[in-house]
Amino acid sequence: MSLIGKSVRRLEDRPLLTGAGRFAADVKFPDMLCMRVVRSPVAFGRLTGFDLGEALAHPGTVAIWTAADVADIPPIGFRLTPVPGLEPYRQPVLASEHVRYVGEPIALVFAGDPYIAEDIADLVVPLIEPLTPCLDPAEPPSEFAPDLDTEAAIVTKGYGDLEAAFAAAHMVVELELVVGRHSGVPLETRGAIAVPDAATGILRMYGAAKVPHFNRQAIETMLGLPPGGIHLHEGHVGGGFGIRGELYPEDVLACAAALRLGRPVKWIEDRYEHLVAANQSRGQVHRVRAAVDERGFILGLDDEFWFDQGAYIRTHGVTVTDLTAAMLPGAYVVPAYRSVGHVRLTNKTPCGTYRAPGRFEGSFVRERLVDAIADRLGLDPLAVRQVNFIPKARLPFRRELNTLGTDIVYDTGDYAGMLDKFLDRVKWQALRADAARRRQEGELIGLGLGFFVEKSGLGPFDDVRITLDRHGTIEVVTGAASLGQGVETVMAQICADGLGTGLDRIRVIHGQTDRIARGVGAFASRVTVMTGAAVMMAAEKLRREMLAVAGRLLQSAPERLSIVGDRVVVGDTPDGPSLDLAAIAQGAGGEIAAEATFTTQHMTYPYGVHLAQVRIERDSCAIVVERFFVGYDIGRSINPMLVEGQILGGAVQGIGAALMEEFVYDASGQPLSVTFADYLMPTIAEVPPIEVALFEDAPTPLNPLGVKGAGEAGINAVGAAIAAAVDDALGMPGAVRQLPITPNRLHTLLRQQD
Amino acid sequence: MTDKMDVSFTVNGEERTVCVEPRRTLADALREDCGLTGTHLGCEHGVCGACTVLVDDTPVRSCLMFAVQAEGARVRTVEGLADGDKLHPLQQAFWDHHGLQCGFCTPGFLMLAVGILERDPDIGEAELREALSSNLCRCTGYQNILKSVLAAAAAMRK
Repeated sequence: MSLIGKSVRRLEDRPLLTGAGRFAADVKFPDMLCMRVVRSPVAFGRLTGFDLGEALAHPGTVAIWTAADVADIPPIGFRLTPVPGLEPYRQPVLASEHVRYVGEPIALVFAGDPYIAEDIADLVVPLIEPLTPCLDPAEPPSEFAPDLDTEAAIVTKGYGDLEAAFAAAHMVVELELVVGRHSGVPLETRGAIAVPDAATGILRMYGAAKVPHFNRQAIETMLGLPPGGIHLHEGHVGGGFGIRGELYPEDVLACAAALRLGRPVKWIEDRYEHLVAANQSRGQVHRVRAAVDERGFILGLDDEFWFDQGAYIRTHGVTVTDLTAAMLPGAYVVPAYRSVGHVRLTNKTPCGTYRAPGRFEGSFVRERLVDAIADRLGLDPLAVRQVNFIPKARLPFRRELNTLGTDIVYDTGDYAGMLDKFLDRVKWQALRADAARRRQEGELIGLGLGFFVEKSGLGPFDDVRITLDRHGTIEVVTGAASLGQGVETVMAQICADGLGTGLDRIRVIHGQTDRIARGVGAFASRVTVMTGAAVMMAAEKLRREMLAVAGRLLQSAPERLSIVGDRVVVGDTPDGPSLDLAAIAQGAGGEIAAEATFTTQHMTYPYGVHLAQVRIERDSCAIVVERFFVGYDIGRSINPMLVEGQILGGAVQGIGAALMEEFVYDASGQPLSVTFADYLMPTIAEVPPIEVALFEDAPTPLNPLGVKGAGEAGINAVGAAIAAAVDDALGMPGAVRQLPITPNRLHTLLRQQD
Repeated sequence: MTDKMDVSFTVNGEERTVCVEPRRTLADALREDCGLTGTHLGCEHGVCGACTVLVDDTPVRSCLMFAVQAEGARVRTVEGLADGDKLHPLQQAFWDHHGLQCGFCTPGFLMLAVGILERDPDIGEAELREALSSNLCRCTGYQNILKSVLAAAAAMRK
């Protein structure tokens, strides 16, 4: 019986349920030092020096470092989407001449105890001459450094004859839309524990996540270590969402300190630090216009936007801007398109990716635009979507755009068909009738919808090695990473399916750079697609080798053998001659191993729809999401329970992004969202019942499993759907132009309504 | 601030005496001085609830309580929930209903739910939602946490 498609319980849960998890803060070594980061209290200024007198005099001080102590360490480089000219905007590991955001690392304190280290950090006095900060990404660029302004890059994409499209337009619809700055904010803060091993000369870093192999090489290069001089180890990771596991200054500094001080060094971020220092995301201003015909068909789409990148360009290069531009057209034909994305530096915390980077923003813009087109033409918004959908017959559909080094080719799908199925499933007519009735009774009820195309399974490769050992244990070694999404279970399901065994003997390794030479990690909804395909290939190979060995031992042709549970049997009768897995490995000299590499040039493109039903409470300016629906075609699902879990979690993050979550800065660049009392995330009280309709109508031919990714499906169009629902509830088409729709912003809209 | 004091309490039924500064939080005393790292710190300012433990059967934020305040108290943490290999009904329900993803908030939710269900085994869904809104989870969207606690409540009533 195949284990693919079964909602099996997770293999990874027991230690997490019993308190035996090993998260970064749980890692401890003898003689360990604690590292405390002193951060800039000023958004922009000239750092002229420090008064370290009192800090150095503290009896607990082991060392204090400033930029001069790490002058040989280069700034943090790019992992993805570098474009020429970005180098001067990289972040130094410690600020030297200028501080550029509140929270920027400027000095380090080392002590034997975290409480003492924090005491000493409070005694470090930076000498900073404040300068006028740049806070608005859409204002004209200002000076970043001599001969360098705050426009770090412009990302331009497009195709088709835009001028002709606008010349032929029946109508032009224009909008200005704003997406607020928010981020992933995992429940576990970041951490790095670096341990020098005098016996082997190898430095080990714990607390790694997401992309350990890339970070190993980057740290090796930055610290001038020989290849293999450092290994990274991923323990349990308390959520990732794109922001955790990227290479940050603190990771490199902890490693440098361990090497130079010759002791284990532990850095654990506190929540205040996290909210000013870890990657933020999303903040964008769009000015978009569409040329449309009488039916609402989009002849041309022209978007210019400004991305509030924050103070430096971090590891993601221009990924967010690139993805925004590349994915904005969504499921619609759009024969002519131009996107101009400005990557603008501001004196705020630097940005990177957050779950569905560029798509949460782009879907908000595109779906707001389609709703506006429908309103202006007096058409049904669903009819305008149907008119614009790429027809099923045109897939695979080559969008003349590229992103993340791949050409965009929508592989499989039936957008119009899926929307129909979804509306049927959620009983759309009944929902509308119910909303209309309640509106008649005086309630402010609205329904809103957003349709999207996702991307998943970014290559270029993944390696997997599977070994059957003499105890009969099957070990799957991957270059993947786990942020809590269920990697071990899903890889074990695929492995068990390929081998024909059960799950209980399978052990899945991820995030350990000393176990596999290469690894790409966990991002871009890639693990099930890429690592999963490699596991399938390696498992099939191993199965053949196991049966060949078993055939020799049982004196039977391998074709006559099958694997049932943990035994190889002749024919399919468990009563006849058989061998257990351990005996087969022993028969092969102790172990049997198989390796496989899966490579791809293209991503796969799942798609879906979000539907929100909201109620506005006029007196309190509250927006209550009463029901939320997600329809999603994943191609093929390995574990539907885990897919649904991904979607539920993403949807709730999206609700937070649409209604609550925002990093706010005051006029001097001081961050105002520095605790969980200021940066509001949904609790269970804000979360409606969420219903997921999972479809498997469009498997992909691009990998042997037919799977597409699940990680970003839940969040993609939540902002779009909730904005439309709030419009509908207010009876004011196009009212929502900015996310999040906070009580203050809703109050303004309600006053416009009166 | 640096004068240390002896504090005695029981943790999961075991007598413990730790010598700590008065400013040391109960969470740090449990994690660092008792070696019980199942209690997690997510915000250290009393909002996220990842550090929730039971003190004399009441769920508290162990990041907002000083260890010295636990003198003579009966503290229960996630490590004390299972009976050997046999999971507590709440642990079992979280496993069965996919009530966790990264698992970082899970010990806090488990201890919160134990406190809630011990006090009110028949709690209704609306009151349960209200009580569970004390803690934050960033992965699951809460739906399966609610499902898990309801299932455990039913199992515990049997």
